[in-house]
Amino acid sequence: MHLAYPAVLSALLFCTGLYGVLARRNAILVLMSVELMLNAVNLNLVAFDVWLSKAAEETLHSGQALTLFTIAIAAAEIGIGLAIVLAVYRNRGTSAIDRLRDTAEPHGPDNDGPEGTDGSEDTVTADEKAEATA
Amino acid sequence: MTLSTAMATAAHTMTSTAHTTTAAADTPGFLSPTGVEIAFLLVGLVTFGAAIVTVTTRQLVHAALWLVATLGGLAVEYLLLTAEFIAWVQVLIYVGSVVVLLLFGLMLTKAPIGRSPDADSGNRWAALTVAVASAAALIWVVVDAFRTTWIDLDGAAAGSTEVTGKALFQNWVLPFEALSVLLLAALVGAIVLSRKAKADAAATSASRPGGRSEKEGAR
Repeated sequence: MHLAYPAVLSALLFCTGLYGVLARRNAILVLMSVELMLNAVNLNLVAFDVWLSKAAEETLHSGQALTLFTIAIAAAEIGIGLAIVLAVYRNRGTSAIDRLRDTAEPHGPDNDGPEGTDGSEDTVTADEKAEATA
Repeated sequence: MTLSTAMATAAHTMTSTAHTTTAAADTPGFLSPTGVEIAFLLVGLVTFGAAIVTVTTRQLVHAALWLVATLGGLAVEYLLLTAEFIAWVQVLIYVGSVVVLLLFGLMLTKAPIGRSPDADSGNRWAALTVAVASAAALIWVVVDAFRTTWIDLDGAAAGSTEVTGKALFQNWVLPFEALSVLLLAALVGAIVLSRKAKADAAATSASRPGGRSEKEGAR
């Protein structure tokens, strides 16, 4: 098999995941896209490991070992990530990542004062608490 | 003496050029694909299509189910690359647990059933531009670099359980054990992240009595 086939498929999957990470709004969909990118990397690792184990008689099998490690780390990552998403959802009532703008630089003429910022943040938080309760 | 050295060098050069020529001629072209390549191509098309649907569908639960198709297709690709152990690990961990965890997450965050019009954020076209540009760059580089590289899939499987187990437990024991510590840390972290909110919920349970018991199902 040509090495170009798995390499091209891996590049395509990686860019699909990249699009998902950039374009999705729900945090869980972003996590899915991250999984896609990790899987693209795994496919590359496996293909190059199979190639090198035959072409260069490499017996270390570092590609497959690294693939297993990536799979385990991805499982850990998805567990922690979902716990964080659930905590955010519990506190704010949303899992849309572009609404988590608390640490954004204040811009615009209406809320550059500290009092205004605090007040608007309080109302926003109260709104989202109400949304979470509803 | 000098003449013989020069002749030897010339002969060496000639044999090496002949060797590279035969090596280049040995590499099969793209126009006569083998059966494994055709199978890889077809499964790859299915996998890529499922990945596209995963990142573009507006129904959140369907995205998780299409992710199953993508990951299963990748497991088949691993099988075609004779990496059997990785393929079954992929099926067990990704299809078996990660997608189930994602579905749990979708349901615990009360993801809307059916179409949700705001699944994509506003910077969708910028994201599409970035993705297409990076895909073009990556594919160009990869095809240019590995156009003539040939994976020899004949002979013993490069990734059977025996081979992978030997490599893992002869050369990679220390990273393997470190990985178990990492998994333990992740487990403890996930428990801490969900227990802290539970203490919060106990403090404010008078105002919000419902909706707490479902969190235990996630862990």
